[in-house]
Amino acid sequence: MSLRSPLGRVLGMGSAKDGTGHWWAQRVSAVALIPLTLWFFFSLLSLPALDYVTVRTWLSFPLSGFLAVLLVAVLTYHSYLGTTVVVEDYMHSAGAKLLSLLSLRFLYVLVGGASIFAILRVAFGS
Amino acid sequence: MAEFSLPANSKVRKDGRVFKAAAGAKNVRVFKIYRFDPDSTENPRLDSYEVDMDACGPMILDALIKIKNEVDSTLSFRRSCREGICGSCAMNIDGKNGLACISACADVKHDIKIYPLPHMPVIKDLVPDLTNFYAQYASIKPWLQTRTPAPPDGERLQSKEDQEKVDRPSACILCACCSTSCPSYWWNSDRYLGPAALLAAYRWIVDSRDEAAGERLDYLEDPFRLYRCHTIMNCTEACPKDLNPAKAIGEIKQMMAHRRY
Repeated sequence: MSLRSPLGRVLGMGSAKDGTGHWWAQRVSAVALIPLTLWFFFSLLSLPALDYVTVRTWLSFPLSGFLAVLLVAVLTYHSYLGTTVVVEDYMHSAGAKLLSLLSLRFLYVLVGGASIFAILRVAFGS
Repeated sequence: MAEFSLPANSKVRKDGRVFKAAAGAKNVRVFKIYRFDPDSTENPRLDSYEVDMDACGPMILDALIKIKNEVDSTLSFRRSCREGICGSCAMNIDGKNGLACISACADVKHDIKIYPLPHMPVIKDLVPDLTNFYAQYASIKPWLQTRTPAPPDGERLQSKEDQEKVDRPSACILCACCSTSCPSYWWNSDRYLGPAALLAAYRWIVDSRDEAAGERLDYLEDPFRLYRCHTIMNCTEACPKDLNPAKAIGEIKQMMAHRRY
């Protein structure tokens, strides 16, 4: 049982003076994803076929390759921001929370990095 | 982890006591009411009360008072003004948070289930512990803060337009219907201030006479205090005074962005 005053508990360690950057970044990346996703699906649908050679040729165009990398980067970033909030919402034990936030960070760098690497490899052909 | 089910000692037993209406009652409705007795070691239970509506007022609070007066005096609930201005009788009626005094029994079609406000510690029956909720309200400093001294010969003036900005938000009666309907508040009420406290903060931030908007925003700028709001909008849906805490929170977030970018 804590004898601390209720107001003392609410005031706690004070404001983190943070959160606005995260909130803004989530909205900016969401807006950026609208044209990028539309472009991605319209481009794919307008391809004559979806076999490896056709898609590879398409990705090797500078604009297609660049926008595909951009799409993956923004999507990964946006998804990272979102899942971080989910962890903060639901994980309450400090240890599990730290572990989840760390794993998330690593996972997103891994997935995003690998995807971008894959696109570049296909685009530049090797 | 967040609690997705009630702890074992909070699970509600459905086999509560049943109080029958007097024989000959024609217009009977069943009230199923959450009961918890802090003095016993038993789990909470759902008691059923049959009420003769021909001998009862139209509102949920009328029925509760009738039950307490005539059927079961052990039933505990808060009430005061019986006209929707004190906020005491906030409870969960038919799955929705609201004030018992301005909720009509006729608006509920089936058995009327009444629970205390969700996800708050229960003191007894329909009486939740609102200590943390009130402390959160106190924490936003709900009073006028200025550096300019008040005019010696009168009050601080405010234009009609400026008054209209605080007119609605100041109608909040702190019943806690909004905050206790918010899932984000359920999971993080120890750090998230909740819609009621944020609406109160907004009320002072937009007050043209107040000179502490900067400090107020500083206090709120926190991933938990403010940004746990995920625009679920249950708060606005629940408010018995038709206020819009969700919009106020949205505007606070905009002000945060505005002063930074």
